[in-house]
Amino acid sequence: MEYILLIISAILVNNIVLAQFLGVCPFLGVSNKVSTAIGMSGAVTFVMVLATMVTYLIYTYILLPLGIGFMQTITFILVIAALVQMVEIILKKISQGLYQALGIFLPLITTNCAVLGVAILVIQKEYNLITGVIYGGATALGFGLALIILAGIREQLELADIPKGMQGVPISLITAGILALAFMGFAGLV
Amino acid sequence: MNQMKNFSKGILRENPILVLVLGACPTLATTSSAVNGLGMGLATTFVLLGSNVVVSLMQNVIPDKVRIPAFIVVIATFVTIVDLLMQAFVPSLYDTLGIFIPLIVVNCIVLGRAEAFASKNSVWSSFVDGAGMGLGFTLALGVLGAVREILGSGAIMGLKFISGDGILVFILAPGAFIALGYLIVIVNRINKA
Repeated sequence: MEYILLIISAILVNNIVLAQFLGVCPFLGVSNKVSTAIGMSGAVTFVMVLATMVTYLIYTYILLPLGIGFMQTITFILVIAALVQMVEIILKKISQGLYQALGIFLPLITTNCAVLGVAILVIQKEYNLITGVIYGGATALGFGLALIILAGIREQLELADIPKGMQGVPISLITAGILALAFMGFAGLV
Repeated sequence: MNQMKNFSKGILRENPILVLVLGACPTLATTSSAVNGLGMGLATTFVLLGSNVVVSLMQNVIPDKVRIPAFIVVIATFVTIVDLLMQAFVPSLYDTLGIFIPLIVVNCIVLGRAEAFASKNSVWSSFVDGAGMGLGFTLALGVLGAVREILGSGAIMGLKFISGDGILVFILAPGAFIALGYLIVIVNRINKA
């Protein structure tokens, strides 16, 4: 029950993009088409779950015993960068299909602040390993949900007559704002 | 003259947020008031200056193939310094900005300037570039913070000028997206004219 609440809260109530503003760059960058949005969400979910697990283990079993918790930021970003590289190499060897689908999005994930953000949040909130991984996965699903909805709306917007100065980024931001307004309706659910 | 141009390009013509739309996450998250926006802007400026100077000094030492990881380590070092300094000297601001201080590491502006400018130019030009970009970033954050504070709570820099609540939605998440959207429309208009 506790886990279900955690999942609902991470996906709908405290949506990572629309309520916590993490991962806004890819949210605006790759939401032109629904198909790319799905690919990106898949890649983010994959990396986020792995990254949360690995950074948690490194923090608890290496950084803490050595008393160098302040090295957190440097260590985490290097771990995530290395992890993304490794996932890319392994996927290429093992599953060509999955690599084709996720491949081009993987390098972009290193600079996705949602991945580093979740890794730090899990440490800050003092979750244990299982809760942390569930939180990471649910957050990634929330990211995917927001990304795919925005992509769907933007595909429709292509047909609309938008004033010249508002084309591109501004209209996407305003759409995202209205989407965030809609997601605020979930507040109080948990 | 040349350095002047180098400095001023970051403020309006190549403003990192309003024109290039880099680093949108901290922009949206930390601008619920003008003071928070300025605090975040100054912290990022410090990291930007430090990383630009160090990257520029080491441009001949770092092998080309591992330059991105090397840049990230330099940036992360400065972020850790800022993180510890802010925790010690401005604890209340540190609490408000929270997770967005360590997240300066993945702010695309900092890495972007290291890669696009500091790794190819002299130390002094890189310093000036960092100062200009940092000022542009801080200004954009300050303006966005001020707009949201005025509309959202009827106050500026914490001084209330209307009694009662403002348009509450502007201090909440949706207002951030909408205010930034319209701000970009205005800047587009100025730059085109």
